Order: sequence, then structure tokens, then C-alpha cells
Amino acid sequence: MDSNGHTNGQRERYETREHDVLIVGAGGAGLRAAVAATEHGLSVGIVTKSLLGKAHTVMAEGGIAAAVANVDPEDSWRQHFVDTMNSGKFLNNWQMVETFTKEAPDRVYELEQWGALFNRTPEGKISQRPFGGHTYRRLCHVGDRTGLELIRTMQEKVLATDAKVYMETTITKLLKKDGRVVGALAYTRENGKFIHFKAKAVVMATGGWGRIFKVTSNSWEGTGDGVVLSYDAGAELLDMEMMQFHPTGMVWPPGVRGLLVTEGVRGEGGLLRNSEGKRYMENYDPKKMELSTRDVVARANYTEVQEGRGSEHGGVYLDITHLGYDGIMKKLPTMHEQFLKLADIDISKEPMEVFPTVHYTMGGVKIDPETAASTVPGLFAAGEVAGGLHGANRLGGNSLSDLLVFGRRAGEGAAAYIAESVHSADIDEKEVIAEIGRVLEPLEKKESGESPYLIQQELQEAMMEHANLMRDGDSLKEGLGKVLALKDRLPQISVPGSRLFNPGWHTAQDVRYLVQISEIIVRTALERTERRGAQWRLDYDGPDEELGKINFIVKKDEQNEVGIERREMPPMPQHLAELLGGDKVADMAGGEKRGPESQF
Amino acid sequence: MSEGNGNNPGNVTSKAHSPVPNEELGTSGKTGKIRVFRGDNGGGEMVEYELPLVEGMVVLDAILHVQAHEANDLAVRWNCKAAHCGSCSAEINGKPKLLCKTRVEEYDGGDINIHPLQAYPIIKDLVSDVSQNYAVSKSIKPFTSDEQAPFTMYEEDVERLYEPKKCIECFMCQDVCHVLRTHHKHEEFAGPRFFVRNQWLEMHPMDNQDRLLDIKEDNGIGYCNITKCCTEVCPVGIKITDNSIIPLKERVADEYYDPAKWLMRKIRGNRGSRNGAAASNGR
Repeated sequence: MDSNGHTNGQRERYETREHDVLIVGAGGAGLRAAVAATEHGLSVGIVTKSLLGKAHTVMAEGGIAAAVANVDPEDSWRQHFVDTMNSGKFLNNWQMVETFTKEAPDRVYELEQWGALFNRTPEGKISQRPFGGHTYRRLCHVGDRTGLELIRTMQEKVLATDAKVYMETTITKLLKKDGRVVGALAYTRENGKFIHFKAKAVVMATGGWGRIFKVTSNSWEGTGDGVVLSYDAGAELLDMEMMQFHPTGMVWPPGVRGLLVTEGVRGEGGLLRNSEGKRYMENYDPKKMELSTRDVVARANYTEVQEGRGSEHGGVYLDITHLGYDGIMKKLPTMHEQFLKLADIDISKEPMEVFPTVHYTMGGVKIDPETAASTVPGLFAAGEVAGGLHGANRLGGNSLSDLLVFGRRAGEGAAAYIAESVHSADIDEKEVIAEIGRVLEPLEKKESGESPYLIQQELQEAMMEHANLMRDGDSLKEGLGKVLALKDRLPQISVPGSRLFNPGWHTAQDVRYLVQISEIIVRTALERTERRGAQWRLDYDGPDEELGKINFIVKKDEQNEVGIERREMPPMPQHLAELLGGDKVADMAGGEKRGPESQF
Repeated sequence: MSEGNGNNPGNVTSKAHSPVPNEELGTSGKTGKIRVFRGDNGGGEMVEYELPLVEGMVVLDAILHVQAHEANDLAVRWNCKAAHCGSCSAEINGKPKLLCKTRVEEYDGGDINIHPLQAYPIIKDLVSDVSQNYAVSKSIKPFTSDEQAPFTMYEEDVERLYEPKKCIECFMCQDVCHVLRTHHKHEEFAGPRFFVRNQWLEMHPMDNQDRLLDIKEDNGIGYCNITKCCTEVCPVGIKITDNSIIPLKERVADEYYDPAKWLMRKIRGNRGSRNGAAASNGR
């Protein structure tokens, strides 16, 4: 480490740290990438906004999907491929899905090799549970805390390497030279010191951006830093209109609204009923019922409440009482505790009230299926921040295996890139100084201006109102107007206090990302004029065959505005197309409500 | 539950937005007070804040309300807000609690005084410097196996491991431990959390490492005088003293304070062979 000083009126010092690979984010994807890069003998720095082990991966409950075929021997990567493509409504990048479904079992076994402990079958193998949209029982799990097991295992694996972890540190900008990403600027939350990271490659693993919505299962960290940092650096994004609403979030009391109720409840036989006591899923997907895909179940739950058949607090009922206290304590102990402690509900005796909650972002940074390289040299991405694997709707359980499969590939990809290319990470110091100046602005304003918290709240309300799980063109346009008005107010943000652990200052950084992502989502949602997976336009009838062949690619244009390109997807090779057979036609109708009362 | 909720959540006006706006629910019209430590390692003071009470609200909700409306720079750690991640541990009226899991109603209108964890240096307001834990964690021998996964392990082999594996690293057991909190033995004593970790490592049927000497020397298990304070505060119900610390103490005693083994070690000059940890935990 060395320290640099400079003089431009005032003296602002910053540290310089050098690593071969800089990894942004310490969830499952970032940590797996770190392990891969250290195995190549590379110097790795991992930056995380929180403490190690607190990333959103810890919230994953139900399990990790991999066709290890322990409980259903008929399962295979091929069936996992078919299920994932079906759920994604064929917007998925088929090459990513093939890689993913083939490699997921190895990543699960690798976790076990590193100390992760899964529930067992009577034969002493890893147990697997059913989940929505998976043809076979496929989710390896440990109770309903699989994410905790994954992140703790990865955390302890990384602590055993030479990787350096920078906890509670925030990246504000990627630095480029000659078209390549060669580092980043960061500040530490503890004391507001700036760090210039020099790196030969950067892996983005920052997760999603659920915090653009008011009702979300995401923690404060889900502000989409990585997708905007990548966009600002010139990377292409895709499928940004695709936001997943998880069908079952808590609704009561208000403070926990949106908190996740694991799909494991339905996996273990949980029944959805409306206020009339009817299992209404038979109107939406009579074949799969409660275990339909998330987009379908979310719309069903939403529609039941819309049409006046909701519960006391505006949800639907999810009933797992038939499992009994002992069964629940074995399979869903966290859920039992969560409802008992936070909502005074004993789920072994009475049903839960649930409603859709913003949960996951299918879209993100466009990556190469082999190397996880973005379209900008030196920049890689993995996990939720990357797009392409899940298409229009992610299957439950596929996110945890995604983290490991593409986290590893990103680490390997970065190592290969470094081995092939020799370039300097030195940049003009003026760029660092200018960025430090920009980041400090909200703290240095003399007069009080806009509150970052209130802008964030207004944004969250606008997105709830205009870009929710049912969308229409007029409302989206109105929403876009609101988002752009908020964008204009960003320069007036000011925050009180010092640089010492100042959440107001941190929020001032986050809110810029939130507004930019919201603009991109609304603009791409306006472009996709059809009903497909998570994108459900009320002003259009159904899926549009032509739109089913394209992804919307977003890239910052020459005027620094959101550029959107319709890009045709590559044709699927014969060996994969054969797997899909007739499924494609049949499944596209899924999710439409059937019966005389349908309003669609 | 719904008392005080004056609106009708089923009353939906538009198809394209969320049926129930958040703030319309559960507002009681009442206000409450919290007192929060504001300051840093150099000192500080308790500051009182008044806020609207919402049915079912947890102390973290109250703090985030104050942060958004009155004190933008109020420092607090939190992530999942669902008691899964262990970030928001602090002390309420002197007792360590997860702020996201502690409801305001529990205090029944009485005082709610919130301090940061006291066993560690304070950074600012409710945030303490817990980095010692990560240093200890790094020093523990990781899980290592001669076997190649997938392992064949039966439920009865591993069911005792589920409990220590539930740890969310909130560090409240560390905060309340006298050895750390009162006697400041942070250099000599790993603390309860890491005996929990050592326990599952030592009991895992596929692990091949011996950590007993480390547990005795580096982690200082002898300092623990089994007052069970750690067990009382564990938010996920790990019986830290009974199930983690005492069994490890017994193994250390068997290995290092058994006269016959002591003699064998003197003669053979080794650190002690792998004791019964793996063998006795097989099927």
C-alpha cells in the first residue's frame, strides 16, 4: 500500500491498493470467483458493502437446484435444461442454461467437500425437495437455511486463502484505460477514506436491485450498484424489464411486509387458498397447482386479492398446518420462528397470509457463457447482477447454483484474461481526484438540499405504482416521467454529518443507482409489448412470437442516454432443440387465468 | 392483530399497482420514544427520539424511521431484517438483542435504551468494531477431508451438526461473555461463537483435522467458566455451553490432562494423535 497526496485547493489523500483481480461483492458468486482466482495464484481483493457473511445469499432458504438425481433417478441435466428454458419463456441464453445445468451437480458436491452439510436421504446421500416448475425433486437443502450454509461454507473457504477482504467498503466507479477496466475507486464506510484499487480484471458480483420497490424481500444492499457501474463503464445489459415477484412475501405486520416466505413451504405441500377457502390455483395452472412457476403463482395471488377474495390484510392464505409441529420444525424451522416472533402466528396451527414481493432480477450485465466476461474488456460478472440464464422468469433454487457455476467461471475467466493480456493499470490521477470530488459533494453542500431517503421513498412508490407485476403502457409512461423528475433532483441531494459511518451519505450514493436502474426498467418494459414471464402487459393480449426471438439490449449511448437495441437471439443447436420437443408451444399459454371470470 | 387498522386493504382502485400501500396499514396514531447512543469511541450521549408507532414494529423499524426523518447520519448495521443474517445486534436496556427481531411492544411503553455491543470498540452510534471475530475465524483450521464428495453420511451421523451450523454470527454470545466483555481477553480467548464452529468441525465424520491443541492453546477454552450467558442470548437457540463448549472441554481434558496420555506424549514427543473425534462420531 502507498499513500498519495494531491493539491487542488484542498488536500485529499487516498490509499492505493493493487490486486490482480478485484471482486466487487461477497455473496456466493463473488466468493466462488475469489476461490477460483486464488487457485491460479493470483492476488485477489474482495470488496463488500457489509460484513463478510451478511450478503443476500444468506437469505436463500429453499435450496440449491442441481440434477444430482438422488431422490428421483430419472432426473438429468437435460430435464433441468428443459424446465429452466420453459420457466424462462425461452428468452434464456441456451448456452448458459446448458453449461449451468451440466455443472450444477459438481458445484453442490464441491460445497460438500468444503464442509457444507445438507439434509440426507435414507441412503446417506444429499436429500432433494420439490420446488415450483421443477419436474423432479431437485433442490438440495438443509432445512430452510440453505443460503446460510452456502455463504458460511464459502466464507470459511475464502478465509483459508490469501484473498484480502475489504469489509464495509463501497465502490463508486470503475476506472478504465485504453478501453479496459483497470480498477475502481472505493471508500470505506467506517471512516470515509478513499481507496484507489488497481486491478488487472474486475469481477462484478453485487447482486440485484430489489430496493427500487417499496415491498421487497431484498436487504438495503440490493441497490444494483454493479449493474450501473458496469453500464457506466460501457457494458451491455439485457432483459432489464424482467423483475421477479416472489409469490409469497409476508403481509402483516406492516414492518415485515415483503419479507420472504420460502417456496419451500409450497415444496413441502403448502396449500394456497383465498378468502372463500378455495384452492384457486386450479384456475391458473391445474396441472402444477401450487408448484407452478413463480410468475404464474404471483399473478394468481395478486389477482385473487384484486378481485376481492383476499385475506384480512390484503393477502391470500398459505397453509402448511397439515405438516404438524414436528414436521414444520424439521423442514421449515426458520419460517416457524419468523411468523411466531414477528407476526404472532403459529404456522403449525393457522395459515400464513402472503402476497407477492419483489425478489429477484433476471436481467443484468450481458456475459459470455464460457468466461462470464462482459462486453467491456477486463470486466466480468456473475450471479444476480448478470443476466441471460433465467430469461423471463427464474426457477426457484436456480439462483444458488447460478452463483457457484458462474462465480467459478468468472474467476476462471478473469484468470485466463490476465494470463493473455499485459497492460498497465495506471490511470491519470485527475480521474481519481474528480471522482472523489463527486462522491463528497452531498456532504460538502453548504445549504440543505434534498434528502436521499425521501427521494428513495418517492422512487419506490413510483415503481410500485407504475412498474409492478401488472404493467400497462400509459402507466409506465407516467412512471417514466416521475423517475426522470427524480433524476433531475439528484444533484440537489445533501446530507448532514461527517464521513464517519454515515448512512445518509451512503444512501446518497445508492439512490443514484436506484434511479438509473428504474429508468432502464421502465424504458425496456415499454418496449416489450407482450405478456411473457415476469413482463405482463395488460394492454397486450399474450406472448408475441416475434418478441420471443429477441432480447432488449441496453447500452449507454453517445449522449449518455439509455440506448435500447432489439437483438435477435442465436438459433438453438439441434441437440438442445430436440430436448424441448413440443414443450415450447404448450407452455407458452401458462399463467393465463382460465374460466368465465377471467379479466385478461 | 388488526385493531387500530382503520382502512380496508381489499379496496383496490387500480389494476396496475400494489393493492395495499404500506403506510396505510397499522398506524395506531400513537407515538413512542426510543433513546439511542450517539457518539463514537471517544464518548457520546443518549439522544431521545419520538416517532409514530406502527403495529408490530420492531426496534430496527423505529431506528430506520429516525434515520430517514430526523438523523440521516445515525449509524446502524442491518441487512436482511429477518433475523437470518445477524447484522443488527446491539444492546437494548443492557441486553444484547437483534434489533430486527425485537418488537417495540415488548417494552410495553417503558424505556427503550439502545447501545452498541459493549465488548468491542465503538465505531459510531450503534456500530462496533467486530473485526476481531474475523481474525479468529481465519485462524481456525478449515474443514478438510481425505474423502471425495459426494459423501455417504446418514442423518444420524450428522444430526448433531445442524445445531452449531445454525449460527448467524450475530456475535451476541461474544458480547455477553465475561471473558471478553469484562476481562478483555480478546487476544487469548476466541469466544463462544468459535467453540460452536470448532464443535461441528471436530464432530464432522469426514473431517480429518485435529484442532484440540489449538482449542486449548490459541482459543483459550480454559478461560470459560461455563456461566451459560452465551446460551441465554443465542437468537437461534444453540445450546452453546452444553453442546459446544463442555464437550470440547472434555475432549481437551481427556487429551491433555489424562496422566496416561500425558506420559505417552512425553515418550513419543508428538502433539497427540487424532483423538476420538472422528472415530466416535462415525456410525
